[in-house]
Amino acid sequence: MNLTLKIWRQKNANDKGKMVDYQISDVSPDMSFLEMLDVLNNQLIEKGDSPVAFDHDCREGICGMCSLYINGEAHGPDRRVTTCQLHMRMFKDGDTIHIEPFRAKAFPIIKDLVVDRSAFDRVQHAGGFISVNTSGNTQDANSIPISKHAADKAMDAATCIGCGACVASCKNSSAMLFVSAKVSQYALLPQGQVEATDRVLNMVQQMDDEGFGNCTNTGACEVECPKGISLENIARMNREYLSASFKG
Amino acid sequence: MALDSKIPQGPLVDKWTKHKNNINLVNPANKRLIDVIVVGTGLAGGSAAATLAELGYNVKAFCFQDSPRRAHSIAAQGGINAAKNYQGDGDSTYRLFYDTVKGGDYRSREANVYRLAEVSANIIDQCVAQGVPFARDYGGLLDNRSFGGVLVSRTFYAKGQTGQQLLLGAYSAMNRQIGRGKIKMYNRHEMLDVVIVDGKARGIIARNLVTGEIERHSAHAVVLGTGGYGNVFFLSTNAMGSNVTAAWRAHKRGAYFANPCYTQIHPTCIPVSGDHQSKLTLMSESLRNDGRIWVPKHKKDVDAIRSGKLKPTQLAEDDRDYYLERRYPAFGNLVPRDVASRAAKERCDAGFGVNATGEAVYLDFAAAIIRYGKEKAHVKGLNENDDALVKELGKEVVKAKYGNLFQMYEKIVDENPYETPMMIFPAVHYTMGGIWVDYNLQTTIPGLYAIGEANFSDHGSNRLGASALMQGLADGYFVLPYTIGDYLSKDIRTGAISTDSPEFEEAEKNAVENINHLINNKGTKSVDSFHRRLGKIMWNKCGMSRNEKELKEAVEEISALRKEFYKDVLVPGTADEFNEQLAKAGRVADFLELGELFAKDALLREESAGGHFREEHQTPEGEAKRRTEFQFVSAWEYKGEPKDALLHKEPLVYENIEVKERSYK
Repeated sequence: MNLTLKIWRQKNANDKGKMVDYQISDVSPDMSFLEMLDVLNNQLIEKGDSPVAFDHDCREGICGMCSLYINGEAHGPDRRVTTCQLHMRMFKDGDTIHIEPFRAKAFPIIKDLVVDRSAFDRVQHAGGFISVNTSGNTQDANSIPISKHAADKAMDAATCIGCGACVASCKNSSAMLFVSAKVSQYALLPQGQVEATDRVLNMVQQMDDEGFGNCTNTGACEVECPKGISLENIARMNREYLSASFKG
Repeated sequence: MALDSKIPQGPLVDKWTKHKNNINLVNPANKRLIDVIVVGTGLAGGSAAATLAELGYNVKAFCFQDSPRRAHSIAAQGGINAAKNYQGDGDSTYRLFYDTVKGGDYRSREANVYRLAEVSANIIDQCVAQGVPFARDYGGLLDNRSFGGVLVSRTFYAKGQTGQQLLLGAYSAMNRQIGRGKIKMYNRHEMLDVVIVDGKARGIIARNLVTGEIERHSAHAVVLGTGGYGNVFFLSTNAMGSNVTAAWRAHKRGAYFANPCYTQIHPTCIPVSGDHQSKLTLMSESLRNDGRIWVPKHKKDVDAIRSGKLKPTQLAEDDRDYYLERRYPAFGNLVPRDVASRAAKERCDAGFGVNATGEAVYLDFAAAIIRYGKEKAHVKGLNENDDALVKELGKEVVKAKYGNLFQMYEKIVDENPYETPMMIFPAVHYTMGGIWVDYNLQTTIPGLYAIGEANFSDHGSNRLGASALMQGLADGYFVLPYTIGDYLSKDIRTGAISTDSPEFEEAEKNAVENINHLINNKGTKSVDSFHRRLGKIMWNKCGMSRNEKELKEAVEEISALRKEFYKDVLVPGTADEFNEQLAKAGRVADFLELGELFAKDALLREESAGGHFREEHQTPEGEAKRRTEFQFVSAWEYKGEPKDALLHKEPLVYENIEVKERSYK
C-alpha cells in the first residue's frame, strides 16, 4: 500500500506545532500502525530528518502507553484495540491518514504526538487505593467470599489501561470514565467499602483540579475505549458521589 | 572476592523464620532518616517501593515510562502460583518448592526457592486485601487453573490479565505512598549509572527523558527492579523499552552477572509474519490447559496445508500428531516451557511446520469447545447430541476463559481461533539469568540490591509458568523489606548522602561523555539496524539450541558488531531534548556488550539444562542432559571487554531434594 500521512509535528511544549505531510510506500497490511510509523521514522533518520516522537511500550494493547488520534478517532478506526494493535489492513491503498496527539487541556503536549498524562496518576494518588499495609498476616484470601458476579464486574472496571482515549474522545475532555472505573472496582468489592466515601470525593476533587471537563453523557468515551469500559461505571460513580456528599 | 551466598544455617523449613528473627531492625524514628532508591516499578520494584515507604523509609522511585503503571509486568497474562491448596489436590509449600527446583532443572538455590514457596500464600492474601479482582467460582471463593510442569491447580488468575491486575495493585499501594509524600516518583527517567562511595552503593545517575537533563540522586541503598534482558534478541515478547542498561551499568561497577545464558523461550507465541516486525506477542500458557498442540503426521498434508489446499480442520484425527501427548503422556500439553519449545522446534526442523515459513505448530481448541459445550448442555438440560448447539455453548465457555487472548490473536493474525486452530511458535520471553544476589538479595556491591527478573536466584535454568509474578511480588513485598533493614541498621547515624562528591562527579561525567559520543558520532546506520543484526546473531547462534562452533562465532561477531556500532551509528537530534533514539542507542550499546557475555557463558556451560540446550549434550531421545560438574552458578566479574569477564562459581548444594533426571513422561 502507498499512503499519505498528515502528522502533527511540534518541537516541544512551547512550539506552536503544525501538520506535516509524508508519503510512505510498500506498507504491508500485516503491519501494526506503530510498525508503519517505525518504517517512516527509519526513513526520516536515514535522510537526516528528525523522527516522529510517539509513546509506545508493550505493543500488545495492555500497558496503555500508546495513544494517537487517527482520522479523528482515539486509537483509530478499529474497535476495542489500542493503536499498537491497530493493523494496516484497516486502511486502503492510496488513503490519507491524519495522525494527531490526544488533545486535552489536562494532557499538555511534550513533543509531536507525545503528551503528558501525569494528571491521571495524580487522580489515583488522591484515592485510587485501599489502605492496607503489607504484612505476612493479612486475613486469608478466602475468608470473605465475593460473589462471582461482583468479582467479574469489578474485573471489568479494573481492566482500564489508563491510556486517556476517553478524555481525547470527549468533547468536554472529561475523565469520568477513567475515574469511575477505579471508583467502581473498589465500590464493587467488600475491601473497598471502608474508604468509599473519602475515595470518591477526593478523586473527583482531584479530577476537577486537573482541568478535566464535565460529563454530558454523550457516550463517546465508551465507544472509543479500547478495553470496553462501560458507561455504567460513570452512573455508579455518580451514585457513590451523591451518597458520599450526604455522608460527607 | 569469594562468593558468599549467606544462606542461613539450620533446617530448610526454619531458615527464613530464623533469619528474620536474627537480623537487625531499624526503629521507626530512624527509618525517617534513611533514603532508598528503587529503580523500576514493575511487580518487584513497585511492591518494594510501596512496602519500604509503608515502613517509613524515604523512597525515590524511577521508571522510564510515563507512569509506573506501564511497567512490563502489566503484560503477564496467565496467573500467579501460590501454595494455598484451596483445591485440596495435595499442594503444599514443599511441593511448590520441589516443582520449582525440578522445573528449573536443578540449577537454582534451594534456600531461596523454599522461601519463595513459603511466602507465596501471603501474596494472594495481600493482593485480595488490596482489591485485586481475582477470578472466583460461583461460591465466591478463589478459582485456580493449572500451569505447565506441575500436577496440581495452584495458579490464581484474573482473566488473561493477571499481571495487569497485580501490577495495578502494587501501583495503587505506591499511589497511597506518593499521596503521603513517602515516595517521590520520577517518571520518564532512565538510570545511567550507580554511584559507589566508599565501596557502597550510594546513589544513581539518571537522565530525564523529557528534558535530557542528567541528574544525581543519592540514597543509603539502591534497589534494582529493572526486569530482564530478553530484548537482546531484538524480537521478544518484552516491551519495546525493556532493557538491560541499569543492570549492565551496575555490572560494570562491580555487580557480578549470573548465568546470562539462561533464557526462556516461550512455546506459545504468535509466529513472525515479516521483516517489519517490531516485537512478538505471547499467547498465555494457560491456553495449554485446554488447547491441544499438533502438527500433521504426514508430509503430504503439511504441503497441502502450506499451499492452502487443505484446511487444518479438514484433517482427520488419525492424520494428526499430538506430539506432546505422544512424547510426554504424564504431563501432555502441560509440560514445562523449555520442553514444549524444543519439541515444537524438533517438529518444525523435521519439516512439519504448518505455515509458509515452516515455523509454526497448531494450538487447537476444537476438543475443548466440544467438551465444555456438552457439559453446559447437560447442566442446562439441553440436547447434548446437537452438535451446533454444543459448539455454540462451548465457544461461550472458552470465550469467558480466554476471550481477550482470542481477540488479540484475531486482531494480529486476522483469523478466528474459535473456528480454526491458532498457529504458534516459540519466542524469547524471560531471562532466568541476571544480577547475582545473596540470600538477602544483595548484589556483590554492598547496598545494591536486585529483585524480580533482574536477579538470577529462583528459577534455575527454566522458569515454570506463573512463577515470575510470584517471585516479583515475593521479593518486593515480603523479602527485601526485611533483609534491607539489616543493612540499613548500620546507617542510622550516617545522615543524608551528599551528591556533591568526586564519585558523583565522575559518574556524571562518564554518563555525559557516553551520550555525547553517541550524539556526535553522525554515522550512517540507524540504532535499530544494529539491534536487528544483534538479534539475528543471538537467535541463530544463542537461541533454542546451541553448539560450540556457533557460540564461538557469536562471540566474535557480536564483538565486531559493537565496534561497527561505535563507528557508524547515527543518532539524530540533540542530547537536551526528548530523544527516543538517543535513549535507545544507549540501551543497544549495553545489549551489544551483554550479548557477548551471554555467548561466552553459553560456551562455558558444556551441558544442557532447562532453557540452555547444548547440542553436544543430549540423551538419545533428544532430552537435555545435565552434567554434575556444572552444578554451579556462573557469576561473571566485569574486566573491561565482556569476553575478558572473570568467572566465579557458586556451587549448588541440594540437601533436601534428590537431583535426578528430569522426566515429564
